[in-house]
Amino acid sequence: MSLQGKVALVTGASRGIGRAIAESLGREGAIVIGTATSDSGAAAIAGYLQEAGLQGTGLALDVNDAAAVDAALDQIEKAHGPVAVLVNNAGITRDQLLMRMKEDDWDAVMDTNLRSVYRLSKAVLRGMMKARWGRIISIASVVGASGSAGQTNYAAAKAGMMGFTKSLAREVGSRNITVNCVAPGFIDTDMTAVLAEDYKQKLLAQIPLERLGRPEEIADAVTFLASDKAAYVTGNTLHVNGGMFMN
Amino acid sequence: MENIEQRVKKIVAEQLGVNEADIKIDSSFVEDLGADSLDTVELVMALEEEFECEIPDEEAEKITNVQQAVDYVKAHLGK
Ligand SMILES: NC(=O)c1ccc[n+]([C@@H]2O[C@H](COP(=O)([O-])OP(=O)(O)OC[C@H]3O[C@@H](n4cnc5c(N)ncnc54)[C@H](OP(=O)(O)O)[C@@H]3O)[C@@H](O)[C@H]2O)c1
Repeated sequence: MSLQGKVALVTGASRGIGRAIAESLGREGAIVIGTATSDSGAAAIAGYLQEAGLQGTGLALDVNDAAAVDAALDQIEKAHGPVAVLVNNAGITRDQLLMRMKEDDWDAVMDTNLRSVYRLSKAVLRGMMKARWGRIISIASVVGASGSAGQTNYAAAKAGMMGFTKSLAREVGSRNITVNCVAPGFIDTDMTAVLAEDYKQKLLAQIPLERLGRPEEIADAVTFLASDKAAYVTGNTLHVNGGMFMN
Repeated sequence: MENIEQRVKKIVAEQLGVNEADIKIDSSFVEDLGADSLDTVELVMALEEEFECEIPDEEAEKITNVQQAVDYVKAHLGK
């Protein structure tokens, strides 16, 4: 197992892609700290990890609360040691045509999807620099590269992640810390369950592999980037989208 | 117990991978000892740990040579 004993922090691990990532990293031997916004969500994370015989626990954390992020990192370090793998997965959508978009919609998406990446990455870097090993992996989106009507806020945040990733990769490469993104396409989770059926059919028609992706398929890409097999990959975005968008 | 100057020099030597004998009290981390900007951030982290203090970013930016580090530590130690 390639991540034996390493502490992995996965934000938004209560369901969907984050849960699949937490389970996959756990199977590689990592001690997984998964976060949710509620105590019940955190308890559920602890529950599924334990049930699968994986190491780690759940933690309630709102990534928009700076003080809570600092406190959580302190708590993790005291209980398990410094974070070696950070997966910035927590994310939301507030879709709306720009002409109708409220500042609240813009701010909420920017804060949860992008500001959180700044905040969490900064908080884990000290430990990674000392360890001379670290992995920061952010879950972007195909729309950050391709664009998507109704998602100016979301696409801007996801493209922002990619620029952040390239810059940080340059800053900390000399310390053996790699920084990458995984950009999912159209994945079967709560986030996409709300989409209208005819819109889904239209999206499917653009996917050469003719199906939605599974959360596990995103988790596999994240687990690869976290492993030593990806030691020479940094500053990159790995697109996992069934061919929906080709770079 | 070693004095503060010696402890600071020891940390600088470790962090920047230079010989302790080559470090003078007025050695600049960047110009004389070959540190890059990330090295200086790490150096401040190491000083914080050695002297169990927290050096705010505004103060950290002003510490560019050995003397300034020693002065900072002396002024803030045991407060
Ligand atoms: N599904 C897709 O097709 C798709 C495509 C491209 C990219 N993505 C990206 O993949 C990531 C995961 O998506 P998903 O489909 O798995 O989403 P999801 O099923 O809606 O789950 C979102 C997760 O984020 C957490 N979260 C939301 N706001 C948070 C906050 N303020 N602080 C901390 N955690 C917060 C949620 O916690 P609670 O359970 O406590 O609410 C939940 O665990 C997101 O970044 C998303 O943008 C998804």
